[in-house]
Amino acid sequence: MQSGPTPTALLSTILLAAYFVCSALAIHAEGGEPPYFAITNARIFTVSGAVIENGTVVVAKGLIQAVGADSKIPAEAWIIDGKGLSVYPGLIDAGTDLGLPKSDESHGGAHSNVDRAHPAMGPEDRPYSTPWRIAADELKPDDKRIADWRNAGFTSTLALPSGGIFPGQGSLIDLGDERAGEMVVRSHDAVPLSFQTSGSFYGYPDSLMGALAYMRQVLDDTRWYTASEATYEAHRNGIARIPYDHTEHFLDKSLERQEIFLIPANNQVQIVRALLLAKEWNVPAAVWGGQQGYAVASAIAAAKVPVLVSLKWPAKGKDPDPEQEQPLRDLRFRDRAPGTPAEFVKAGVKFAFYSDGLEAPKDIRKNLKRAMDAGLSADAALRAFTLDAAQILGAGDVMGSIEPGKIANLVITDGDLFGEKTKIKHVFVDGRWYPVHEETPPDKPVEPKPARAAIDDVAASNSSNAAASRAAQARVAQ
Amino acid sequence: MNRPTNLTGNRRTISIAAMIGITALLSVLLPAPARAQSSGVTVIRDATILTVTHGIIEHGSILIRDGKIAAVGTDVAVPAGATVIDAAGEFVMPGIVDCHSHIAVDGSVNEGSVSVSSMANIADVLNPDDIVIYDDLAGGVTSANVLHGSANPIGGQTVVIKLRWGRPASELPFEGALPGIKFALGENPKQSNFRPQPPVPIRYPASRLGVEEVIRQAFTEAKEYKKTWDDYDRRKAAGEANLIAPRRDLKLDPLVEVLEGKRYIHCHSYRQDEILMLIRVANEFGFKVRTFQHVLEGYKVADEIAASGAGGSTFSDWWAYKMEAFDAIPYNAALMTERGVIVSINSDDAEEARHLNQEAAKAIKYGGVSPVEALKMVTLNPAIQLGIDNRVGSIDVGKDADLAIYNHDPLSVYAVAQKVLIDGHVYFDRSQDLAQRAVLDKEKQALVDKEKKAAEDEKKAAENSAKEPDKDAGKKKNPGKKKTDTTTKPPQDGAASAGGAR
Repeated sequence: MQSGPTPTALLSTILLAAYFVCSALAIHAEGGEPPYFAITNARIFTVSGAVIENGTVVVAKGLIQAVGADSKIPAEAWIIDGKGLSVYPGLIDAGTDLGLPKSDESHGGAHSNVDRAHPAMGPEDRPYSTPWRIAADELKPDDKRIADWRNAGFTSTLALPSGGIFPGQGSLIDLGDERAGEMVVRSHDAVPLSFQTSGSFYGYPDSLMGALAYMRQVLDDTRWYTASEATYEAHRNGIARIPYDHTEHFLDKSLERQEIFLIPANNQVQIVRALLLAKEWNVPAAVWGGQQGYAVASAIAAAKVPVLVSLKWPAKGKDPDPEQEQPLRDLRFRDRAPGTPAEFVKAGVKFAFYSDGLEAPKDIRKNLKRAMDAGLSADAALRAFTLDAAQILGAGDVMGSIEPGKIANLVITDGDLFGEKTKIKHVFVDGRWYPVHEETPPDKPVEPKPARAAIDDVAASNSSNAAASRAAQARVAQ
Repeated sequence: MNRPTNLTGNRRTISIAAMIGITALLSVLLPAPARAQSSGVTVIRDATILTVTHGIIEHGSILIRDGKIAAVGTDVAVPAGATVIDAAGEFVMPGIVDCHSHIAVDGSVNEGSVSVSSMANIADVLNPDDIVIYDDLAGGVTSANVLHGSANPIGGQTVVIKLRWGRPASELPFEGALPGIKFALGENPKQSNFRPQPPVPIRYPASRLGVEEVIRQAFTEAKEYKKTWDDYDRRKAAGEANLIAPRRDLKLDPLVEVLEGKRYIHCHSYRQDEILMLIRVANEFGFKVRTFQHVLEGYKVADEIAASGAGGSTFSDWWAYKMEAFDAIPYNAALMTERGVIVSINSDDAEEARHLNQEAAKAIKYGGVSPVEALKMVTLNPAIQLGIDNRVGSIDVGKDADLAIYNHDPLSVYAVAQKVLIDGHVYFDRSQDLAQRAVLDKEKQALVDKEKKAAEDEKKAAENSAKEPDKDAGKKKNPGKKKTDTTTKPPQDGAASAGGAR
C-alpha cells in the first residue's frame, strides 16, 4: 500500500483506513504521512456556527481547509466515512502540567531562590520569581499522560510552570507526539501567579499581603523600567544607566505581549479581590480557580474578566475524623461548586475548564458530569472546552472551532461528545490522525476481518500510546 | 501580646474557640440582613438612651433617616411608614469602636520577614467572610481599627472598618477614615526571628537600640525619597526634557504620608522608656504618633503622652503575661485619663471584642471613672483616636446610626446585645439569630446526608463496575479455573502463601 490517492468508495469502515495508514507508517515516521484528510457525511459541531448535519471537513497540511455540506475533497485525501459520527473541535484543557517535569528546585521552581542563609529581605530581592521560565522550553513529549488526554479528545493544553509567585510563562501546546517544539502553539501565552509565602518569618514575603505588595511593586518597577529604558537608550550621555533586573526584563515583555495574568482565586472573597487586582494592575487577567463563582457571578460578568474553572471540585478530605464538625460553609461550598459553570452561563461570564491536577481524563469527565447535572448544557460545556478557552488564551483566531484556516484539531465520536456511552473514534492534532483504540467488549462479535482482528489485538495492548500502537500495527501489517 | 511568636495577642485562643464554638458554626453565612428597610426611616422607641455626649435619656426615641441619626429625645414623632424597633426596657448606646483589632484579615496579620514592612497593607486582604466579624458585631462592635501585627518596628498599613457583615470587602472600610500604619516597640520587634534555625540569619534589630535605629533609618530614607520626588516634580514642571522618574517605593510611600500628616501611627508599646523614645524621634523627624497601643506603662508618662497629642489605647486588666508587661496596672486607663490623655480600651482579640462594654466597666471598679467616662473609652474616645468622631462614637443628631441595643445597662455583666445597627441597618438581631439556628441546623443535616448518600452511591457504582468485568472474565475462565480449584489441595495454597511470606 502506498500513500497515494485512495479510492473513497472502497473505504467503508474506519478501521480499513487504519489499515492503510498502518501500512504507510514506515513512511509516516519520516514525515511522509499524507497531509490531506476528509471526514465525510458527518455531523459537524463547528461551535462558531450552526451544526452541519451531513457535511465534510477537509484537513490539509495541518489546517482545516474546508467545512460544509459539499466541500471539495482533494484527490490525494484519505477519507474517513463519518456516517453516524460527529466531529467536534479538539478540546482544550486550560491549565495542566502535562509534558512538564515535576516542579522541583533544580528546575527553577518552588523555592529555587530561597537560600535560607540569605532570605529575601524585600521586594527588591525578587522572591520566588522566575518569569523567564517558559513552559515550552521544558516540554517532554514522552509524558504518558499526553496520549491519555488526546485519546479523551483533548488536543491542546495550557502548559503551566509551577512553583513561586512568578513561576514563569505558560505555553499553549498541541498534544501531538512529535518534537517538543512542534507542539508549541504559543510559547508565551500566560503568566500564572501564586500567592506563595515563605510560611515563616524567614524571608519575604511571609504573608498574603506581603505577596500582594510584592506583585504591586514588581509591576510598578517593570513599568518604570520600560519607560526609563527608552529614555536612557535615546539619550544615554548624561543619564545614569538603568540597572539590569532579570525579573523586570522578562515581565516587561509579558506586559508588552499582553499575556494573560492568571490570578489564583477560588472562593468568593478571593475572586472579588482578583477582579480588583486585575483592574488595579491594568493587565489582561483571568480568575484562576473560580469554584465559588456561583456566589459572585454577576460581579465577574460586570468586570468582564474571564474565569478558568478548576474541575477538581472541592471534596471532603479522605478519611475525615467522623467526630469532626463539618462547617456549614464548607458543606455548602462542596454542594454548590459544581453549579458554578451553569451560573456563569446564566450571568454571561466567559469561562474555560482546566483539569487542575486531576490524574486521568475519566476524572475530568466525571467532574464535568457533575457540572452538567447541576445545569450546564452540553452546548455550553462544549463552548467552554473549545472556542471560549481558545479566546481566553488569546488563540481564538487559530483554534477552538471548525472553520477554514484554523488548526486542524478535531475529535470524532460516535455520539454526543459528553455522552456517557460515547466513544471517541479519532482525534486529529495539527492535522495528524490519531485513531483511538477502544477495547472491544469480548462478548460482542466483531466483523470477521482477519487483518482487523490482528490490529485490534495489538492495539489493545498498546492503547495508551497511539504512536507505539501505530508502530506495532505497522509491524503487524508488514 | 504575650509571646513574640504569637504576635496577634490571641492569648485566649482556647476560650475563643470554646465561646464562639457552635454559635459561630450555626450562624455562618446568615443571610445578609435586609439592608434597606424600604422607607429608609427607622425609629427606636422607648429606650434608655446612653448618648455619651449629653447624658442619659429615659424612655427616649431615636429617629434614623438614610443611615443617620435624625432626632434623639423623648418627643420624637414616628413618621408614617417608618420601621419601629420597640426597645422598651432596653438600653441603646453608640456602637462600640474597637481601636485594636485583627479581625477580617486573610492570611497572616504579620509580614514579619523584614524590619520595615510598610509595603504590606491590611486593606488588600480584608476578608468579609471572617466569622468573627459577626461574633464581634453580636458584642455591639460596629467599627474596628484593623491592625497589622507587631513583628516589626515599622509594620504594615492599617485600615478602619465598619462591621458590615454580609457586604463585600470593598464596603468594609470606614469611608473617609484616615489610613494608619502599625509601629511596634520593645520585645516583639526585637525578638521576632530572635533564634532562627541556622543558617537563617537573625533579623535585625535584635535589641531595643536597634528598634529605634530602624525607625530613624526608615524616616531618613523617607525624607530623602520625598526630596528626590519633589526635585523631579520641580524639574519636570520646569519643562526639563529626558528626565527619568524616580522609582516608586511602596515601602517609603506610607512613611512620606506619615510625614505629611496623611496617615496615623498606631504604635504597639509597653514600657515608659520606649514610649518616650518614640515621642523624641517623632519630634525630631516632625511626625505625630496618633495612638500608643497597649501602653501598659502609660500611667508613668501620661503627661508626656498628653503633651505629644497622642492617645492611649489600652487593655482593661491584662498584665504580667510577659516581662515587659509586669509593671501594668488596671488603673492605667483611669490614671491616663486623669492626666489628659484620650484613652480607649481595646480588645486586640476577636473574643475580647465581644464584651468591650464590660471591659470598659472595669475602669469604674479600678480607678473610679464615671460610667459615662467608662462608656466613652469604647465609643467616643476611640472614635477621636481614629479621627472618626464626627461620624460615630455618640448618639447625636447627624452622626451615623451605628447603635447597639442591650437588654440591660451595657456596663452590667448581665447585658446582652439584642440588636446592632450600622448606618441605620440592623446587622445583628439576636432573636433572628436564635430563630435561624434550627433552620441552619436542618440545612446542615440535609447537606451531610446528601453527601453521605452521594459517597455511598459512588461506592456502589464503583463496586458494580469492578464486578462487571469480573463477571465476564469469570464466564470465560471459570471452566478452567474450576478444574484447577478442585484438583488443587488446600495445603498447596498454604505453602504458596508461606513461600510468599518468606
